[in-house]
Amino acid sequence: MHILTEAPMARVWMFGQDINTDQIVPGRYAPYMLKHEDDLRNYPFIEHRPDFAAQVRPGDVIVAGNNFGCGSSREYAPLALRMVGVGAIVAPLFARIFFRNALNLGIPCFTADLTGQLRDGQQVELDLEQGILHTDDGRTIQLPPPPAFLREVWAAGGIVPFYRAYGRFPGEHA
Amino acid sequence: MAQTLSEQILSRAAGRPVRAGEVVTVDVDLVMMHDSLSPSIIRVLHEELGAERVWDPERVAVVIDHVAPAASVQTAEKQADLRRWARAQGIAHLFDVGRGISHPVLVEEGLARPGMIILGSDSHSTAYGCVGAFGTGMGTTDIALALATGRTWLRVPETVLVRARGRFRPGVGPKDLALRAARALRADGATYAAVEWHGVEFLSVMERMTLATLSIEVGAKAGIVPPGVDRGQGTGDRDGLALPLASVPGWLTLQEAAEYSQVVEIDLDALEPQVSAPHTVDNVTDLSALGRVAVDVVYLGTCTNGHYEDMAAAARLLRGRRLAPGVRMLVVPASARALQRAAEDGTLATLLAAGATVGTPGCGACIGRHMGVLAPGEVCLFTGNRNFRGRMGSPQASIYLASPEVAAATAITGYITHPQELLASAEA
Repeated sequence: MHILTEAPMARVWMFGQDINTDQIVPGRYAPYMLKHEDDLRNYPFIEHRPDFAAQVRPGDVIVAGNNFGCGSSREYAPLALRMVGVGAIVAPLFARIFFRNALNLGIPCFTADLTGQLRDGQQVELDLEQGILHTDDGRTIQLPPPPAFLREVWAAGGIVPFYRAYGRFPGEHA
Repeated sequence: MAQTLSEQILSRAAGRPVRAGEVVTVDVDLVMMHDSLSPSIIRVLHEELGAERVWDPERVAVVIDHVAPAASVQTAEKQADLRRWARAQGIAHLFDVGRGISHPVLVEEGLARPGMIILGSDSHSTAYGCVGAFGTGMGTTDIALALATGRTWLRVPETVLVRARGRFRPGVGPKDLALRAARALRADGATYAAVEWHGVEFLSVMERMTLATLSIEVGAKAGIVPPGVDRGQGTGDRDGLALPLASVPGWLTLQEAAEYSQVVEIDLDALEPQVSAPHTVDNVTDLSALGRVAVDVVYLGTCTNGHYEDMAAAARLLRGRRLAPGVRMLVVPASARALQRAAEDGTLATLLAAGATVGTPGCGACIGRHMGVLAPGEVCLFTGNRNFRGRMGSPQASIYLASPEVAAATAITGYITHPQELLASAEA
C-alpha cells in the first residue's frame, strides 16, 4: 500500500458530461462585464455549482464526464479555474478550444475516464510529475500523459513561457 | 494522394503535403478579435509576450459586436480603449457598433476568402467555412500569439463528411439540416475534426454560414462548405456576396478519394423541421414529436440565423399576420448590410407590422448580456446556436433552437409550430 507523503491532499470535484463554458463562467460574468476583473475568481461554476468557488482549495482536482469545456472560446473559463488554483482536470474528452486554452494557461488536463472510480469529495494526492493519483482508500491510478508535442508546453507552465523560452511553436522543429 | 479540403488548405500553408493527425505550424491569413476578449488579448500581446505591434495590421480585423452598443460604463470604456488601440496599431479593419457580427461582416467585406486560414477569438469562427476558408476559434492567448507572430500551430484534423441529398421541402432549411447532423453526431461527434458539408451548392453564402457556425456545436475545429455554386440554381446572393465562390484558387478542389473519418447521410426530401430542446444543442427531435411548447419570446438573430435570408423567410410567414398575444419577437440582424437589404425590400416593414421589434446588428442576447436577457421560467424560441442553461440569461429559462421559419410560425401561434401549418394557409 502506498504511504501518503507530505504532499497535501486534494479534494475531488465531480462533474457530469458536456459541461460547457457557460456553466464554468456564464457570459454575464466575463471580465469584460466586471468593474474589477479579479472578481472573476468568485465566479467559476457560479450558477451550476454555487458552493464551488468558496470551497475549492488550491490543488483540488476536477473529474468530469465526456466533452468537458464545450462551447465558447472564452479563455476566462479556464482562467477562473486557474485563479482558484485547480490543480488538474481529468475527463474522457476535452472540447478542443478549452483544451488549448487550459494548456496555454498551464492547467494540467488528463484525458481519462475516472467518473466511475472516484466520488465527489474524496481526498486524493496527485503526483503531477508521474501522472499518478493516489486515493484516500489506497488505490493508485495512472493517468495517461499528454501528447508528446504538448508535454513541453505543459512543462514550461503554458504557451507564453514556452514561446518566450524557445521562440517556436509546439511540435515545430527547433 | 487525395486530400480533404482541410488537408489541402493546411498543406498549402505548411508548404508540404500533410495528412490528418500531423501537427503543423502555419502562417495565418487573417485574425479576427472582438470586443469581449480584446482587452485580455491586448494585455497578453504587450505585457506577457512583450510584442509592441501586431505582425501585420492589414491582416487583423477588430469587431465590436459582443456588447454593441455598450451596455455599461465598463464595456463603454473598454470599447473606447479598443478603438484607440486599433488606431495606434494602424488597423484599418475596425468594424464598430452596429456594423454587425464579425463573421458575416468579414465575409461581406471580402476579407474572408476561399482557402484562407482564419483565426477568430470566437468559437463560431468556423463560420468562414461558408466561403471555403479554414476558420477556427481560439482563446485569448492563442490569438495574442498569432497577433505577435502571424502564425499558429494546428493538428491537421480528420474530416467528418455530412452529405445532403435532394432539396428541402417548404418550411425546411439549412438550420434543420445542421440540427439533424448534430442529432446524428452529438455534441462531441466531431471534436478535433473538421466537418465538410456536401450537397448544398444551391445555398447562398449566408445560408452556408448556418451550417458552418453550427459545426462547432458538434465540437468541430472547422466547418467547410466546398466553395462551388450550383450553376442551375444560382444562390440568390446579392451585393457581390457570392464573389468569393467564383474566385476559388485552383489548388482547392473536392477530391473524390479523400478519406473521411465518418459519413453522415441526410435526405433533404424527407427532412422535417428540427428542434433542439433544452439544455444541449444535440438534444434534437423532429418538431412533430415535440408536443405543445408555449413560448414567451421568439428571438431571430445571431451569426447562425440572423441573416437577410432568415429575416425574409420569417417575413414570408408573418406577412399580414400578428404576433400571438403575450409573445414578444426580437429581431437582431446579423449585419448592417442584412438590415439594410431587409429595409429596402419591405422585409423589415413586414416584421414590424406583425409586431416584432428590431435591435442593433450584433450578437445581442446570444451571450445573455443585454438586448433580450431571459427571466426565470421564460421560454425562448431561438434561431441561434446554443441552448445551454443560462446562455441567454437566467439559468431557470428554457431555450429551444430552431429555424427562422419555425420562429415565425411560433411567433404567430404562441407555441412551437410547424411552418407548414401556416405556409398552407399563406398560399391559400
